[in-house]
Amino acid sequence: MDVFRQVTSHTAVLPQANIDTDQIIPARFLKITDKQGLGENAFYDWRYDEQGKPNPAFVLNQNPFDQAGVLVAGDNFGCGSSREHAPWALLGKGFRAVISTRIADIFSNNALKNGLLPIVVDSAFHQKLTAQPGATVNIDLEQQTVTLAEDGARVGFTIDPFARYCMLHGIDHLDFLLQQEEAIKAYEEAAA
Amino acid sequence: MEHPSPTNQGSSPPSRPRTLFEKIWQQHEVKAATADHPAVLYIDLHLIHEVTSPQAFDELRRRGLKVRRPDRCLATMDHSTPSLPADAAGAFPYVDDLARKQVEKLVENCRAFGIELYDLNSEHQGIVHVIGPEMGATQPGKTIVCGDSHTSTHGAFGALAFGIGTSEVGHVMATQCLLQHRPKTTAVEFTGRLKPGVGAKDMILALIAEIGVGGGTGQVFEYRGEAVEALSMEERMTLCNMSIEAGARAGLVAPDQKTFDYLKGRPWSPQGQAWEKAVARWRELPTDEGAAFDRVVHIDASRIEPMITFGTHPGMAMPIDDTVPAEIHGEATDKALNYMQFKAGETLIGKKVDVVFIGSCTNSRISDLREAASIFRDRNVAPGVRALIVPGSKKVKAMAEAEGLDQIFRAAGAEWREPSCSMCIAMNGDQVGAGQLAVSTSNRNFEGRQGKGSRTLLAGPATAAAAAVTGVVTDARRLGGT
Repeated sequence: MDVFRQVTSHTAVLPQANIDTDQIIPARFLKITDKQGLGENAFYDWRYDEQGKPNPAFVLNQNPFDQAGVLVAGDNFGCGSSREHAPWALLGKGFRAVISTRIADIFSNNALKNGLLPIVVDSAFHQKLTAQPGATVNIDLEQQTVTLAEDGARVGFTIDPFARYCMLHGIDHLDFLLQQEEAIKAYEEAAA
Repeated sequence: MEHPSPTNQGSSPPSRPRTLFEKIWQQHEVKAATADHPAVLYIDLHLIHEVTSPQAFDELRRRGLKVRRPDRCLATMDHSTPSLPADAAGAFPYVDDLARKQVEKLVENCRAFGIELYDLNSEHQGIVHVIGPEMGATQPGKTIVCGDSHTSTHGAFGALAFGIGTSEVGHVMATQCLLQHRPKTTAVEFTGRLKPGVGAKDMILALIAEIGVGGGTGQVFEYRGEAVEALSMEERMTLCNMSIEAGARAGLVAPDQKTFDYLKGRPWSPQGQAWEKAVARWRELPTDEGAAFDRVVHIDASRIEPMITFGTHPGMAMPIDDTVPAEIHGEATDKALNYMQFKAGETLIGKKVDVVFIGSCTNSRISDLREAASIFRDRNVAPGVRALIVPGSKKVKAMAEAEGLDQIFRAAGAEWREPSCSMCIAMNGDQVGAGQLAVSTSNRNFEGRQGKGSRTLLAGPATAAAAAVTGVVTDARRLGGT
């Protein structure tokens, strides 16, 4: 996993609530056996028309939002299936963080394991972000803050300390679990 | 993320009343959570399928790791598999090369890592959440995971079962453990009794309509009350299956005599003296009198009507006779209604239906097929409607055929298929066309879920069957037969 300390980028805003993982990456793109090409298919059914041509009305097809590194999305982002292809697709599209007022559990777990930072903010700050698509924000994982460049408005966010440590140092969660071998063995022996 | 500091309950005195969830959690803590790391939770059963496992197997290869406990894995293929049988030469009609290769990759991976696989030629193959219980692999008190959000199904047996992503699939393969934050607990109390013609699918849709698709985020539900106790094991699976559609991590029902009777004698169930011991252990699992939940939700089961969805997520559900609302949970429904081509204030009764799908891990078990057959019997699929019936497993299919249900479906003009996820996720070529309206017994009515541009109405098997034979959205109670 790549080290994540700070990200400064402009935002793209998808204000709808309940954007599910079928919208982030439709199921027909799950037949791959690797992680390649998912970024091109992120939000496919919103992003392309029947002929596969980019839909100019969709935000992520518009400059500068197509280059955004931070996605601001409506409440309950990432609901639905457990497909890790969803964070893979968002990372492939160039996003490093998603900001919402609520983020679904499995999506959030999956995102954290891949260096995509899920950030939950209060609705007042969220409204501020959705009102100015393309605004530049600084996300500081060390300080656990999101700052709007324009007026310096800042909000803190909470994150599981373990996931934060892993992201700050680029450590894979599996490395930690593999170090628990003795405890796992002892558990199995006691349970047998 | 909402609960960064789970407390260590492992050292609590045993006399303190505990919930079913707490008992399972505590029994599986290899290491309790600390300020530095979440709990290390032992996983008893890992269900594996072709879509969410290949990248995890590759990670094991990259690191030179083995699958730690192949004996705790149950693998099958269901998402990308065709619902049509093999040809005379034994070749299966995959929708495309990618699907075939994905399934072949699972075969290769299971062979390389020593995992038993129920493949398309196995009599045990089926939708992973149908065959786990059927094989007796799903048992009370177990921790069960799968790279699939509908793993919550297995909570019907009093097992703590939840969906995970592919990274975590790799974690379980390599260590049989997961790093987990302790979720909060919600008691969902269904008081009173269901009316005739109302079932488990209606209960769960009514709950999600009440609390919303994010209403269970960070929580584990325990379904309780008279109406839950009265459900069969198959109905309890339908109920727990859609816990994730409320955003819950898992859904649980306390194990009881019905649970034990269901499991007795199944291939993976304990046998002989081990069975008696297991049942004695399982009887200790139900929530103790006086145990506290973080939250309690009350639903009056006697007031639940047959439910149907009208929008683009499962929380947009209503009694079938109601009119489409302009908002739900303070969320305007206009965008969803625009997609669905419905207007606020209108009824769905009488809407012309193009496709009916009866299947999926929600409603593809034998009781679901019996319920549907009672409507199809001596009736025909209405002109212009395509009705697809996909049993959940080879075993369900064999049972249905032994009872002659397939004959009822075929005689009515419905398509009787091979076990697969099929039109629920539309990965295998079974799909609803753009703009077409489908009544489906599956679990998600998201935009494009059943095929690009598909419009899905979720409902129970009787409502789906009633739509098939009348050609329009119909309250099945008006037809009789359930």
